[in-house]
Amino acid sequence: MHRLKREHRHWNRRMLVTVVTAAALLYLVGIFLWGTLMDPSYYAVHYENKLLPPGLSHLFGTDFMGRDMFFRCVKGLSNSLVIGVLAAAFSSVLALILGIASAVCGGWVDRAVNWCVDLCMGLPHLVLLILISFMLGKGTKGVTIAVALTHWPSLTRVVRAEVLQVRSSQYVQAAYRMGRSRLQVAWTHMVPHVLPAYLIGLVLLFPHAIMHEASITFLGFGLPAEMPAIGVILSEAMNHIATGKWWLALFPGLMLLAAVLLFDAIGDNLKKLWNPGSGNE
Amino acid sequence: MTRTKYLLGEAVRMALLLAAVSVAAFVLITKAPIDPLVSYIGTNSTLSQEAKDEISEYWGLDDPLPQRFVTWAGHALQGDLGESITYKKPVLSIIRERFSYSFGLMLTAWTLSGILGFLVGTACGIFQGSPFDRAVKVFCLGVKSAPTFWLGLLILTVFAVQLGWFPIGMAAPVGKLASEVTLGDRLYHLALPAFTLTIVSMSEVVLYTRQKLSEIMSSDFILYARARGESRGQIIVRHALRNIALPAVTVQFASFSELFGGMALAENVFSYPGIGTATTAAAMNGDVPLLLGLALCSAVFVFAGNLIANLLYGVFDPRIREGSGHA
Repeated sequence: MHRLKREHRHWNRRMLVTVVTAAALLYLVGIFLWGTLMDPSYYAVHYENKLLPPGLSHLFGTDFMGRDMFFRCVKGLSNSLVIGVLAAAFSSVLALILGIASAVCGGWVDRAVNWCVDLCMGLPHLVLLILISFMLGKGTKGVTIAVALTHWPSLTRVVRAEVLQVRSSQYVQAAYRMGRSRLQVAWTHMVPHVLPAYLIGLVLLFPHAIMHEASITFLGFGLPAEMPAIGVILSEAMNHIATGKWWLALFPGLMLLAAVLLFDAIGDNLKKLWNPGSGNE
Repeated sequence: MTRTKYLLGEAVRMALLLAAVSVAAFVLITKAPIDPLVSYIGTNSTLSQEAKDEISEYWGLDDPLPQRFVTWAGHALQGDLGESITYKKPVLSIIRERFSYSFGLMLTAWTLSGILGFLVGTACGIFQGSPFDRAVKVFCLGVKSAPTFWLGLLILTVFAVQLGWFPIGMAAPVGKLASEVTLGDRLYHLALPAFTLTIVSMSEVVLYTRQKLSEIMSSDFILYARARGESRGQIIVRHALRNIALPAVTVQFASFSELFGGMALAENVFSYPGIGTATTAAAMNGDVPLLLGLALCSAVFVFAGNLIANLLYGVFDPRIREGSGHA
């Protein structure tokens, strides 16, 4: 009886985790699609209703040009999501390749990769982002490439550690003895082994990427001012904060925070779903 | 013997890394699509072509990149980082002046977040699962996920605009001569940026300490200590805290990189005239010498933190102290 009850609860929890993950994913995809397909007239300039406080007609209020903040936030967040996804995808593939190469080849390759990781972490992340964006002449291209090029080091370390675990295992050694090349072993044995940790790492990269994009944009090295983006909105809000226009800062930040927390939740839940051990904690 | 060797090797390895970082920063900045000549003389200058050629000849702008780096590094090693285009002053004196502001900000936030974070994290670890622990955990996760500059904006709105307790920005009252600014003024203006940075850095320390403490509390030697009849307080003081204090300190030193980023954002929100605002201003105005100097300065800063963290490990960790034969 007792056992049955426990199994029942376990099943419930698994379902709950799945449902929460799906809901979080749905919300993020929804924001992305809504923002991408949104007609620009929703956040167009209307000087007659500028700086309205939040209300029924304008959920998040309006800014100094009378633009509706709610729609601007949705559009801005969707822009941020695109950059975050692009950057995280690129960074994670780089991390996968470098991490596996480092662990499988060993020797000088390993040292070189580790050295690059240390090099990339030798400057404060924000400064590195500013420098790369500066080199590329700022703007959308600058911030996307900067964010994409700087998020691989930590994930590379994770992948490398995972591969090192299986490198000396018997089935990998057996594969080598049977004449498999390093590339074949890497593809058939290493990649599947690191895939769970890698995918979780990838999901947990998104929030970092999005946050860094917003920070760089806020400082003025990212998306251009005419583009709706959370960073742009918040840096504009800074000019109106002294006069008490609190809604210009509060809601956009909350939207960003919600997106970051949801990505984190998805990552943690995937960890639970894929790792049966932690499911029983 | 092995210890000295380890410490020495670590120091050399990191110094080499610092050199490589400065090469990378130099390449990144000089490859920017910004003509140093144009940002120096302005876009609509009336200088003749000969005069322009003379300036770029004097600056060595047409030399190949390696040669330019050697020239720059040679001067930098002698303490000459060139002259800032934006501020018309030697880069080193700007960095020194700005750093005196940033240093106070970072030192306050770093110390406070370290001490408070460790205490709160320990309390959370001891009373794990209590309402206090849960509330702190939710708060810390929220702060960790929130953008620093947004938190700064909110703190600014609440404490400076709505409540009016603190000034809105800058490091000294507007309209006061630099010689008349008192220490009280400085501290008063420091409060909000330091508070923001403390909250941001603290959440990391709290979560780390809490996690480590709960790991240690569920380990075998704690069980054994409990079996010997030690009380909870004794266990925590004798066994748990000793084990987490060192990693916590090392993590705190290794977090210089995030501290620097957080500081740059906080300074920009509060228009605090430190290194962070100088960095954005330099990058905005295409001020190549200043940007290079600041990048180097931030690299040295991170380098110092990492070096201290690694050396602390080398000095205190018994496994490294006794040689790595069985680690």
